[in-house]
Amino acid sequence: MLFWQILIDGFAISALYALGATGFTLIFGVSGVLNLSHGAVMVAAAVAAWALAGYLHADPYMSALGGVLVGVVLAFATYFVTVRPIQRSPRIAEAEKEIFILTATLLWGIIISETIAYFFTNNAKTVLPIVEGVVTVLGVRTPTNEFFPAVICWVAIGLLWLLVNKTRHGKAVLAASMNPRGVTLLGIELTHIHLAVWLIYGVLASIAGILLGMFLGVSSYSVGPLTASAFSIVVLGGLGSVSGSLIAAYVVGYLETVTAYMVSPAYRTIPSLLLLVIVMYLRPQGLFGRR
Amino acid sequence: MRKHFLHLLSCAAVACCSLFATTAAFGADPIKIGVISEAQAVAGSSIGPAAQLAADEINAKGGVNGRKVEIVVYDNHSSAAESVRAFQRAVNEDKVNAVIASYISEVVLALEPWAARLKTVMITPGAASDVITQNIAKDYEHNKYTFHGYLTSSALAGLVCDAAKDLLVTGEKMKSAVIMSEDAAWTTPLDQGYETCLPKTGLKVLDHIRFSPDTTDFTPIFSKIESLKPDVIITGISHVGTQPTVQWKSQQVPIPMFGISSQATNSTFWKDTNGATEGVLYQAVSGPGVAVTPKTLPFVDAFVKKYGNTPSYAGYTSYDEVYMIADAVRRAGSTNSDKLVDAMEKTDYVGTIGRVAFKPKGDPHVHGLKTGAGYITGLMLQWQDGKQVNVWPKQLAVGKVKFPSFVKLSSAR
Repeated sequence: MLFWQILIDGFAISALYALGATGFTLIFGVSGVLNLSHGAVMVAAAVAAWALAGYLHADPYMSALGGVLVGVVLAFATYFVTVRPIQRSPRIAEAEKEIFILTATLLWGIIISETIAYFFTNNAKTVLPIVEGVVTVLGVRTPTNEFFPAVICWVAIGLLWLLVNKTRHGKAVLAASMNPRGVTLLGIELTHIHLAVWLIYGVLASIAGILLGMFLGVSSYSVGPLTASAFSIVVLGGLGSVSGSLIAAYVVGYLETVTAYMVSPAYRTIPSLLLLVIVMYLRPQGLFGRR
Repeated sequence: MRKHFLHLLSCAAVACCSLFATTAAFGADPIKIGVISEAQAVAGSSIGPAAQLAADEINAKGGVNGRKVEIVVYDNHSSAAESVRAFQRAVNEDKVNAVIASYISEVVLALEPWAARLKTVMITPGAASDVITQNIAKDYEHNKYTFHGYLTSSALAGLVCDAAKDLLVTGEKMKSAVIMSEDAAWTTPLDQGYETCLPKTGLKVLDHIRFSPDTTDFTPIFSKIESLKPDVIITGISHVGTQPTVQWKSQQVPIPMFGISSQATNSTFWKDTNGATEGVLYQAVSGPGVAVTPKTLPFVDAFVKKYGNTPSYAGYTSYDEVYMIADAVRRAGSTNSDKLVDAMEKTDYVGTIGRVAFKPKGDPHVHGLKTGAGYITGLMLQWQDGKQVNVWPKQLAVGKVKFPSFVKLSSAR
């Protein structure tokens, strides 16, 4: 019984972590940008979906769609307001650009989260769930709301895989993550690839944020922890490696769930953070890192 | 040019006259009260406006001994460091006579030594940690400038137990409970209080679960609680609220939740949780439509009329505290801090949440509020169909306890 409970709960929360981390690692893999406003984009999408349902009485699907739209707009804004000007600035030394982008996205994230807090307070909000009720699987009474995010997460990740491996544009994105210079030599505009990646990122991060908002509820307080959790999953899996991030998400998700069930919910996050430290010592490039 | 000059002159004259008029009405310097609070947090955002409302009312009636009450508001962005800077600025530059500060225990604990160093009366409208009053008891002469204008955690635990005895033990024949609280400074004394007082009411404590406020999945916690088969979950949550409530509903946990759930006191909680809060019982010192004292509803009406939203729990206390400080200044006949402390200690004031009096020197919770019959008894409210309905104490109750269909009471099980 306990075994099945851990298996089911761990699967659901890990799927959410995986989706959140996928976009984050994709951006890093393709353009070398560590986007520290990640949590803010997720929360903004979820709060937008909540507001659409609460104030404009949109149905769950429309409000979720609106939330994704807001998330995508914000992802582009992140790129055009904070990332691109620094990448193109002749006044910042090439070697320092990474740290400038890191700082800029961090500040951008703070701006977004403070704006959300200003207009909607820092109380947590729940996105209107698309499915409700409970089902009993293997003797475990599980909310349908727990399976739904897992399914959506895997559909989204599956579509991403198809896009990257089976379409011409997707293959260009993959190539850019391996060798940006080589891609430009083939006559592909790198800027277009960056835009495509930010678009994909915006969609994935927003879906993750909205699903988290349905499952748990999010507030401007969640911004920091969400960025940190994506960051540590991605570092654990290996920066830039999508499959590494997926596996790391499951390692973290199950480690947390097992700790919560077997030890104490108060120590939920500690073992996964210890694991991160150990991996940093023994394998600094992460479990599946290329760099 | 000349016309322009004349115009300017007349403007200046008018300004002088109006200035003179106010000084004529309010002879001496104003009584300045600093308000350091959290403008973005729901609980904190009412503190400043409620204080201003009280000041306006006092000034409309001629002020205190002819002195006007002036409120100076500082937003601390929920940060202890910013609160300390605001406190220093309030006392050293803006020369305030007293400070009303924050609903966050950690912030008030950071300000407490500064109230002592700068010898300035400070009162909190919303923090709950017992350590605030324990510090005063430990070094009274030094820390006597701090007053605790809201209930301490151990007092809150006592009030929850009082309500549990009537509603759960007598009303629903319940026998066992599990305590579920977030890991934070304010819940340590709360949990100790629960563990002592719940058995006395007749509820056996089966387990005590503390969880991290960062918890992303409450399923393991509720599963564990369910396997223990308690009759009720006694809560101690404030930093989280939406998350456990939403998962309680979506997982259809068949056990009622009862206790402290600070976010449930907000009128927006129904919307924040999409109605998942239906059936949640929470302790509060005030509630919509509940006339705790004759002053409660007029205050709420005036607040809603002026600001367009309902006050948070800290709004009620903040409003009362301005009146209490003004009253203390009147009785002391001065704004001298030591005289003000003496006068504040003699406070016996019926405010919006009940009769306010402070525990005397020598009490382990000196400068904390007196609670229980005749003083502050608190309420127990329940979310029902989108409304906060008061169900306890009996003389103030407007409805009866009822639960959503997935909650299976032990008496019916």
